[in-house]
Amino acid sequence: MRPEYFPTDVGILPLAVRSLGLRLDSADLLTDISFELAAGSPTVLLGANGAGKTLLLKLCHGLLRPSTGEIRWTGVDAANATGRQAMVFQRPVLLRRSVAANIDYALATRGTPRAERRSRVAQVLDETGLTPLAKRPARVLSGGEQQRLALARAWALTPEVLFMDEPTANLDPAATRSVENLIRHIAAAGTKIMLSTHDLAQAQRLAGEVLFLHRGQLVERGDAQKFFTEPASDAGRAFVRGELWW
Amino acid sequence: MMNEFTDAGHAAWRLVVSLDPTLAEIVYRSLMVSVIAVGLSALVGFAVGALLAVARFPGRKFVVVLMNAGMGMPPVVIGLVVYLLLSRSGPFGGLGLLFTPTAMIIAQSLLVFPIICSLSRQVIEDLLEEYAEQFRSFDLGVGQVLRTLLWEGRFRLLTALLAGFGRAIAEVGAVLIVGGNIAHVTRVMTTAIALETARGDLALALGLGLILITTAFAVNAAAYLIRDYAERHAA
Repeated sequence: MRPEYFPTDVGILPLAVRSLGLRLDSADLLTDISFELAAGSPTVLLGANGAGKTLLLKLCHGLLRPSTGEIRWTGVDAANATGRQAMVFQRPVLLRRSVAANIDYALATRGTPRAERRSRVAQVLDETGLTPLAKRPARVLSGGEQQRLALARAWALTPEVLFMDEPTANLDPAATRSVENLIRHIAAAGTKIMLSTHDLAQAQRLAGEVLFLHRGQLVERGDAQKFFTEPASDAGRAFVRGELWW
Repeated sequence: MMNEFTDAGHAAWRLVVSLDPTLAEIVYRSLMVSVIAVGLSALVGFAVGALLAVARFPGRKFVVVLMNAGMGMPPVVIGLVVYLLLSRSGPFGGLGLLFTPTAMIIAQSLLVFPIICSLSRQVIEDLLEEYAEQFRSFDLGVGQVLRTLLWEGRFRLLTALLAGFGRAIAEVGAVLIVGGNIAHVTRVMTTAIALETARGDLALALGLGLILITTAFAVNAAAYLIRDYAERHAA
């Protein structure tokens, strides 16, 4: 099910990543990474801490420049890629204003007219279960509520692609569940999600496709079920078995 | 001796509660001069401070250090500089501003500007560090970034404003030199206290001192309340 705001034939996907490398201070942080990100169920970027997940997400989103290789949106509307993607960070960066005003702000940055903003804010609050918190100052919400707001704010922009960097890393199980439900809701509404996590169980709950990153290299990629049941690499096997392989 | 002080204290209290016209006039002028000076400084200081926080250009560090150093500028030196600029033989002598409230506003603006500029640069810089990635993700332009940061820092900027006001209302050196402490024209609380103490009219001096202290207290209380409110609403 894809909402009408980005029919497949005018989207920015797929994203083609070819021979991507990132070198900082003469350390190779990411080496020779190639994959294609296509529309569909969530892609989960899996790997241990320090594997390079955050860097890869930031590169894809355009927050970092690669040292080598290329990252290219290849869809029909690729020229407008900046405005059609969003990112949610590990620690939500919320503005010092109310929950509703945070969403309204994001819409305003995209030039959405005021009248349209009001109804869109109400709709997003409603769909994300944040309506009771609408008037509360965003910065004093609980961690889980803050992350849900960050997600809601990103989603309000109706991105075709939504990057998420360990969105539940700092949350307790209940908050994690509610954030994951929201992620599923957003994915079902047609937004392509690329999410990083080091949490195997979370990957199993959310992933349609897995990219397994190990020491800055893309070791495995493909169908999530296949990765969880029969990983092809030593590192992948160790990770799925929950053994520290470092 | 002790009696003299208590008598003066009683007289001062009567002046204050009866809103003595001489005293009221001086208080009013003090507030006018300092409020306008702080307002002007804030207008420029917030903008320059925000730009210094956001922009990268050669010589930026030098300007930042200069502004920080300017926070501790002695008021008498600023008074002297403004005096030289506005005196008849100075470059702006033709304007005839020396010994007017305008001259005092100019001097206090210069005194307060580095304070507001430096403090707001610090505030905005801290905020930018927190928001930079999110702003790039939102793909904001420089104008949007500046406007957002100024609003996000509103409570702390207000505190910077109060710090500037506290400095302006309490200084005596600059307004004395460029204002001249002329009765009914440029006499403000601090210059009046200096004069009346020298002349031995302790009642008026103490009365004004009382108001000055109350003002300082109110400014600090306001700053505290703002911080407190911000912590609960904007963290």
